[in-house]
Amino acid sequence: MAQVLLAVLFAALTAYALLGGADFGGGFWDLIAGGGPVAMRRRRLIEHSLGPVWEANHVWLIFAVVLLWSGFPSVFAAVSSTAYIPLTLVGLGIIGRGAGFAFRKVSVEYRLRRLFGATFAFSSVATPFFLGAVAGGIASGRIPPGVARGNLVTSWWNPTSVATGVLTVGVGVYLAAVFLTREASWHDPDLVPALRRSALLAGVAVGVLAAVGLLVVRLDAPRLFDSLFDGPALVFVLVSIVAGVVSLVLLWASRFVAARPAAGLAVASILWGWGVAQYPNLLPGTTVDAAAANSAVVQAVLGVCVVGVLLLVPSLWWLFSIFDADRRGA
Amino acid sequence: MDALLATGLAPADLGAARVQMALSLGWHIVVACFGVGLPALVLFAEWRGLRTGDPNYALLARRWARAMGVLFAVGAVSGTILSFEMGLLWPGLMGRFGEVIGLPFTLEAFAFFIEAIFVGIYLYGWDRLPPRAHLLSGVPILVAGVASAFFVVTANAWMNQPRGFDLVNGEVSDVDPWAAMFNPATPPQTVHMIVAAFMVAGFVTASVYAVAVLRGRGDRYHRLGFTISFTLAALLVPVQIGVGDWVARFVADYQPTKLAAMEGVFQTERGVPLHVGGVEIDGELRYAVQIPDGLSLLAHGNPNAEIRGLAEVAPADRPPVNVVHPAFQVMVDIGLGLLALSAWFGVAWWRRREPPRGPWFWRLAAIAGPAAVLALEAGWVTTEVGRQPWIVWGVLRTADAVNPAPGLWVGLVVVGVVYAVLTVATIYVLRRLATDRPVPIAPQEADVASFPVP
Repeated sequence: MAQVLLAVLFAALTAYALLGGADFGGGFWDLIAGGGPVAMRRRRLIEHSLGPVWEANHVWLIFAVVLLWSGFPSVFAAVSSTAYIPLTLVGLGIIGRGAGFAFRKVSVEYRLRRLFGATFAFSSVATPFFLGAVAGGIASGRIPPGVARGNLVTSWWNPTSVATGVLTVGVGVYLAAVFLTREASWHDPDLVPALRRSALLAGVAVGVLAAVGLLVVRLDAPRLFDSLFDGPALVFVLVSIVAGVVSLVLLWASRFVAARPAAGLAVASILWGWGVAQYPNLLPGTTVDAAAANSAVVQAVLGVCVVGVLLLVPSLWWLFSIFDADRRGA
Repeated sequence: MDALLATGLAPADLGAARVQMALSLGWHIVVACFGVGLPALVLFAEWRGLRTGDPNYALLARRWARAMGVLFAVGAVSGTILSFEMGLLWPGLMGRFGEVIGLPFTLEAFAFFIEAIFVGIYLYGWDRLPPRAHLLSGVPILVAGVASAFFVVTANAWMNQPRGFDLVNGEVSDVDPWAAMFNPATPPQTVHMIVAAFMVAGFVTASVYAVAVLRGRGDRYHRLGFTISFTLAALLVPVQIGVGDWVARFVADYQPTKLAAMEGVFQTERGVPLHVGGVEIDGELRYAVQIPDGLSLLAHGNPNAEIRGLAEVAPADRPPVNVVHPAFQVMVDIGLGLLALSAWFGVAWWRRREPPRGPWFWRLAAIAGPAAVLALEAGWVTTEVGRQPWIVWGVLRTADAVNPAPGLWVGLVVVGVVYAVLTVATIYVLRRLATDRPVPIAPQEADVASFPVP
């Protein structure tokens, strides 16, 4: 049962990486859009793509956090107490991103729009970096079980963490570019060629970042490297590479609708590859079964998830269909 | 104190962790009240607008909905950091008991999800859905908002009345998450909070329009905005007084130490008076006005009933009277003041079908909103500080739950600065939403250049 809960948790993390990650990436493109009328149109496209969905996308993170503390309470305590510096920054970054985005939209004055916009865009880059850095700390075994037992700085500021953090930002940036290109093809076709170029560039850059990241992992965390390439995790690594290349080819061929799932698969595979590589250890010396909550809790939480999903699926479908129908019409 | 800060010893960090939690919770609670209460106002105004065709209702609905959208965004992010802080600041609580209170938070996550989705549908779909479908798409926001408040407060109720687990050598076992969720404190505490949320949303909204009326904008639009929101809140005041009495009796029976701190009772006695005002000096309450037998009568319905004093527990196990007692008094006094103001409004409405005419009513109505927020915060201070030194009443001390890592006070400073900026920006944006024409658009809406709102 604990394994099922862990799988649900990873599914939530995957949804967050794909949907929330792309929203963060949108902030990056907003940040570097520059000035002038074309930049304004780009920003408006980004604003439009985040508008009604970013909060729903954001809930996946809360959902993952809650599942972690319900299902594996000691792991939650260990990670959050040791990594309290980057996680505090993540919390504040989430505030800056969300409030900055919401306030910019409401503001009319140019100066304030810029101020709120800068907050939104800067937080969109910083937040995923710290999230990725914490993931890198867990993956490289630097967050031990127990309360605040790990090093408060090197647990998240180390070669693997930095590589993972940068990769996390990059992945969101690429996903956002792919999504935005498709969006533009419906909404503002003039923007497509430049966005397509940006997306291709971002895709190649993420590929390079991933390769460098693997090199760093090999030097910094050889055990993680071995488990990535020496077992079932290898399948995910290969799927990720293939899907990433395919998404680039589809982008090149201007097949924007198909490029989206390919890029998503590439990203999801990284996450699941990490999970499989580390299984059954959640933290060094702490297995899934040892850390799992009482079975009554796991069953109750899973039961709630089943009922909850039955409510969520039609609701989400309605939200995205209103959003999509409108885009096609526009 | 400086030496403590310099060496990063636990007492300073414990204080910092508590202040940081109080700041971020106290901030989020105000916004969350609007998440619960504002949808009711928006839906009522939209419904009346559809029924009567009165454009004033439609404009109110649209404006309130946009404020709801902004506040929802701010509430979403200020709530997220709270879920992090549970572990960042209180790993000793979450590592052991996270699983016991996980169920209501999982339920809350789904409720929040539904809320987020339907806020998106409702705001984005305003001019894209048929009117009736649009009105119905707002109902899940209201239901999910109330449900969220219920789920979260059950977890707090559990901290007051921990149930649904066994402790064997310090290890949690035999967890029954449903028993933990539906602990004895759940009914009174959740009802008290949900009613409070509607009151805060109603009184604060009404304050905005009371200020407008005082400034001479007494047209139908502003009076309508006032009457709808003030009526909702005023109707709930007597209900809340009754619920408050229920909560106090519950505390008297289940957490007598907390009641003793709320009332400043030190010795166990019969026929204990009700204390109004007063401060604790050297283990006794001084300068308080006493109403004979009042506390015994209110807490147990018998003027001769016994009230257990703080002396029943060791000094280290007593909550600080000089925080809990004044906080409780502030909440009760504001509640009674709001009752009087609501009665004034009710009498005027019953006689002439309009609000009282004199400027004093409008002045008091203008401060009723901030006063309701103050009462809300005072109530949370009462229950949270009244539970000290326990984080889980009788089971786990706050000092044993805090993150032992050094430097938590640095986090407090950073978080304090961010919240100061966030507060200024939020108030600025809400003021724009209240006064700008055309109404600024909500973050969830599309670029509605084709659907301008007057």
